[in-house]
Amino acid sequence: MLVFIIRRSMQSVVVLLIMSLLVFVGVFAIGNPIDILINPQADQIDRERAIAALGLDKPLWEQYLVFLKGALTGDLGRSFVHATSALGLILERMPATMELAIAAMVIAVTLGIPLGLWAGLRPNGIAGRTIMAGSILGFSLPTFWVGLMLIMVFSVMLGWLPSTGRGPTTLLFGLIPVSFLSWEGLRHLILPATNLALFKLALLIRLTRAGTRESLLQDYVKFARAKGLSNSRVIGVHVLRNILIPIVTVIGLEFGSVIAFAIVTESVFAWPGMGKLLIDSINLLDRPVIVSYLLVIVTLFIFINLIVDVLYSALDPRVRLTDSKG
Amino acid sequence: MTMPANDVAPGAGTAPEVLPPVLTVEGLRTHFFTKAGVVKAVDDVSFTVGRGEVLGLVGESGSGKSMTGYSLMGLIDPPGRIVDGRIVLDGIDLRALNAEQLRHMRGNRVAMIFQDPMMTLNPVLRIDVQMIEAILAHEPVGKAAARARAREALVRVGIPSPDERLEAYPHQFSGGMRQRVAIAIALLNSPDLIIADEPTTALDVTIQGQILYEMQKLTRETGTALIWITHDLSVVAGLADRVCVMYAGRIVEQGTTEEVLSHPAHPYTRGLLDSVPANNERGQRLKQIPGMTPSMLELPPGCPFRERCTYATVECAASPPSVAVGVQGHTVRCFHPLAA
Amino acid sequence: MSTVLPETPAAPAERAAESPFHRIATDFLSNPVAVVGLGMLMLVVLAAVFAPLISPQNPYDLSQLDVMDGRLPPGSKSPTGGTFWLGTDDQGRDMLSAIFYGLRISLAVGATATVLALIIGLSAGLTAAYVGGKTETVIMRIVDIQLSFPAILIALILIAVLGQGTGKVIAALVTIQWAYYARTVRSAALVEKRKEYMEAARCLALSPLRIVFRHLLPNCLPPMIVVATVQVAGAIALEATLSFLGLGLPITEPSLGLLIANGYQYLLSGKYWISFFPGVALLLTIVSINLVADQLRDVLNPRLQK
Repeated sequence: MLVFIIRRSMQSVVVLLIMSLLVFVGVFAIGNPIDILINPQADQIDRERAIAALGLDKPLWEQYLVFLKGALTGDLGRSFVHATSALGLILERMPATMELAIAAMVIAVTLGIPLGLWAGLRPNGIAGRTIMAGSILGFSLPTFWVGLMLIMVFSVMLGWLPSTGRGPTTLLFGLIPVSFLSWEGLRHLILPATNLALFKLALLIRLTRAGTRESLLQDYVKFARAKGLSNSRVIGVHVLRNILIPIVTVIGLEFGSVIAFAIVTESVFAWPGMGKLLIDSINLLDRPVIVSYLLVIVTLFIFINLIVDVLYSALDPRVRLTDSKG
Repeated sequence: MTMPANDVAPGAGTAPEVLPPVLTVEGLRTHFFTKAGVVKAVDDVSFTVGRGEVLGLVGESGSGKSMTGYSLMGLIDPPGRIVDGRIVLDGIDLRALNAEQLRHMRGNRVAMIFQDPMMTLNPVLRIDVQMIEAILAHEPVGKAAARARAREALVRVGIPSPDERLEAYPHQFSGGMRQRVAIAIALLNSPDLIIADEPTTALDVTIQGQILYEMQKLTRETGTALIWITHDLSVVAGLADRVCVMYAGRIVEQGTTEEVLSHPAHPYTRGLLDSVPANNERGQRLKQIPGMTPSMLELPPGCPFRERCTYATVECAASPPSVAVGVQGHTVRCFHPLAA
Repeated sequence: MSTVLPETPAAPAERAAESPFHRIATDFLSNPVAVVGLGMLMLVVLAAVFAPLISPQNPYDLSQLDVMDGRLPPGSKSPTGGTFWLGTDDQGRDMLSAIFYGLRISLAVGATATVLALIIGLSAGLTAAYVGGKTETVIMRIVDIQLSFPAILIALILIAVLGQGTGKVIAALVTIQWAYYARTVRSAALVEKRKEYMEAARCLALSPLRIVFRHLLPNCLPPMIVVATVQVAGAIALEATLSFLGLGLPITEPSLGLLIANGYQYLLSGKYWISFFPGVALLLTIVSINLVADQLRDVLNPRLQK
C-alpha cells in the first residue's frame, strides 16, 4: 500500500511539472510575457527593471527555471491592481473557496447517497420518481440562476438568511479562518453552499440510483439473502460497499469541478474566494493573478486525483492486491 | 453407464424407512406474471426428501429446476410468485410463515449453494466477514466464537491454512476453493437441508469430482439432506439416492436412481440417457432428442413433450398426463410409459 | 429485487416490419414526460424564431422605449394601451419581448456552437478511429486532458486570453464541446470498425472518405444525437453563465443571461421580475431539452430494445 502511494505521488510530481511547463509555454512563449506580467502603466525604467527581475531577456529555458523557482518560492509577479504578490492574493483567498467547496460536497454527499439509494430500492414508488424528477431539475438549472432565486426567496422575501458576503470568521486550529464554527458565519455559508451543492447532488442521486439497481441484480445479493441476512445488512453492507467504489471516484473527481464552479457561486453571493478574485482580475486585466490562479488550480487538481486514486485502492481490494504484485 | 469412482457407494444407508421426510413438497406452483404472458415456471411439482437423503433434480435449462430451488428458499421475487402448494420442512409449513420467520429459516434450517462462487461471494468483503455474518444472523454468539466456528468449517471442507484464508478476499481463491467456501457457509448453522443449484457446472472436470465427493461425504457425516440440481445425468448417477426428472416446469419421472436410470419410464428420460455420449457406440451417430424445448410462454396443449416424442398419439395432445404411480414409488407422467 | 427470470422467447416479430424512424418516433412518444418536453421545446423554438412577430414591443428600438416606464411590475399598463405582462426592466423594456429576443440569441449561440463543435469533433473522432496509430493517440490524449478540466474554467481562461465578443464566446463554447463529440464518436466508430460491413466495404476497395461518410458515420450517429442534444442545453447554460458574469455576449446581443445579470441589482429591492422571468425562460429551455435528450437516449439505446 505504501509502495502504491509513493509511486502515485511520484507520478503526480511528474504531471505537475508537465502542467507547469504548459502554463509557462502559454504565458511566456505564446503570449507576450511583457504584457502579461508587467503592469502596462509602469514607466520605462520600471519596465526594464521588471524585465530583468523576471529574466525576460534571458533564453527560454532559463526563464522556465526562473519561473519554477518563482512558483516554488511563491513569487509569480505582482498584481497590477493590488500591488502585492499575485500568488499571495490567491492563497489568501483559498480557505474561503475551499470551505465553500467542502461544505457543498458534504451537503451533496449526505443528501445524495441516501436519496439515490432510496430511489434505487423503490424505483417505481412515488418517492423514487419524485427524486428522479428532482434530479433532472437539479442539473438542468443553471447554478447562477438558482443562486439568485435562493437569495430572492430566503433573503428578500423571508428574510431568514443574509444574502451576500462571508460574515465573521473564526480561526480553525488558530490558523485558518473558517465560517462554520460560528452561528453567524454558518448563516452566511448555508445559501452559497447549497447553491453549489445542487448540481453535484443531482449527479450523485442519479449515480447512486443506477449503482443500486445494478447491484441488486447481482448474485452476491441473492446469496446474502439465501444466508438469511436481514434486509438492512444486505443493503447497508453488501450493496453499499460495492456501490461506494465508483461513487467515491466520482466524488473525488467532481470535487475539482466544484472548486471551479465556485467561481460562479462566489460571484452571485459576493463570497470572497479565489473565484471572485479571478472574475475581477479578468475584468480588470490583472494578468499575474490569472496566472497564479491557473497554477494553484492545476496543483489542486493533481493533488485531488492522487487522493482519489489512493482512496479507490483502499476501498477495492482487487485493485490493491494486483498492484502490489505487479 | 460409467459411474465416477466413489468411496461411498450410493444407496448405502439411505431410504430411512421409519423417520418422516425432512422435506415434503406438494403441488408447488410458481408463476411469473410478465408483460408477455404468464410463465408457469414450476407447475404442480411434488416430491419428498428423506432425512440424510440425496435427491437429484435433473432437467435442461428452462425446465424449472432452479426455480423449484428458489421457491423452496422463498427467494422468488416479483413478477414471480408461489401461487399454490405446500412446502413442509421438518414439520414447519414454510408458506405459512411471514417474511421475518422465513428469513430465519434461510441459511439456518435450509441453505443454498449457487452455481458460480465468484459471483455469489461479495468481492469487496473478506471471507471471515461473509462467514461470521451468516452465523450471527441466526445466533447471537460472540464474534470470537463465530470466527472459531467459521475456521472449523473451512477445515472441514478441506481448505488449508484456514487462518490466512479467513482474512483473504474471494478473488484470491481458485474456483474450486471458492465453492468449498460456499459449502462451508452452507454447513455453518447445521441445516436440515441443503439445496445445491448446479454447484459444479462452472468448475473444471477434475475439481468437479472432488467437490462431488466432498459434498457426499459431508452430508453423510452430518446427516444433512441434499437436493442436487443439475442438467448432468452422470453427476446424478454417482451421487443421488433418488432422482426427479423435470421438463417444462413439471416432474415427468421420479424414483430411485437405480430404477430410473436402468428402467426409464418416460420417453424424455430415455432420450436423455441415450444422448449421453458414453452410452453411444463408437462410430455411430450420436443420438439426440429431436426438436427444441418449447417456449414457456407458448406451451402446446396436452403433454409439453408431445412434439418431440416418438411415441406421441392423439391422446397426448388432448390433455396433460397426470401422475401414474408404479413400483417402489417410481412415478411417471405419461400416457405411454416405456415398458420396464 | 434480485429477480431470476425464467427464459422467455424474443419479442414478437412484428416490430421488424416498421422502419427504424417510425419505431423511434413511436417509442419516443410513448413516454408522456418526453412528449411534454418535446412540446415545451417546440414552443420555445417557435417563440425564438418568430420573436419579432409575436413581441408586443421591439425592446431594442430605442424610439419605442421610455425610461419613465422603467421597473414597472408585471401586469402594469403601458402608455400605448397594451399591458406589460411581465413587467419592464430599468430601461423601460417590456420583459416579455426582451425574453423572446433573448431566447432567439441564446438559442442561436447555443445551436451555432454545437453545430460547429459537432463538425470539428466528428472529424477528429472519426479520423482518430479510422486512421489509428500515433494520430489516434495524440488526438485522444488532447481530448482526455481537455475533458479532465471543468468547462467553466476553460471558458474563462479562453475569454481572458481572447477577449470578449460574440465570436469569441462561440469559439470558447466550441473549444469546450468538441472533445465530447470526438470521444463519443471515436468509441462508437471503434466498435463499428470491427463489424463485417466495414470489412466488406474495404474489400470493395472503396475510397477511405467514402467508407467513413457513407458507412461508418451513419452507424455512429445515434449516440451522437443524444450527446449533441444534451450539449446544446449545456452550451446555452454556459453562455448564460458567462454573460451573467459579464464575460459573455456584449450588450448589443442581449441573451437571457445578460437579462438576468441586468436584473441582479434590483433583486434586493424586491423588483424580482427583471431576473426571474428570463430565468424561467432559460429554465424551460434547458429542462425541455434535457427531457427530450433523456428519452432519446433510452429510445436509441440498442441494449434496451428487447
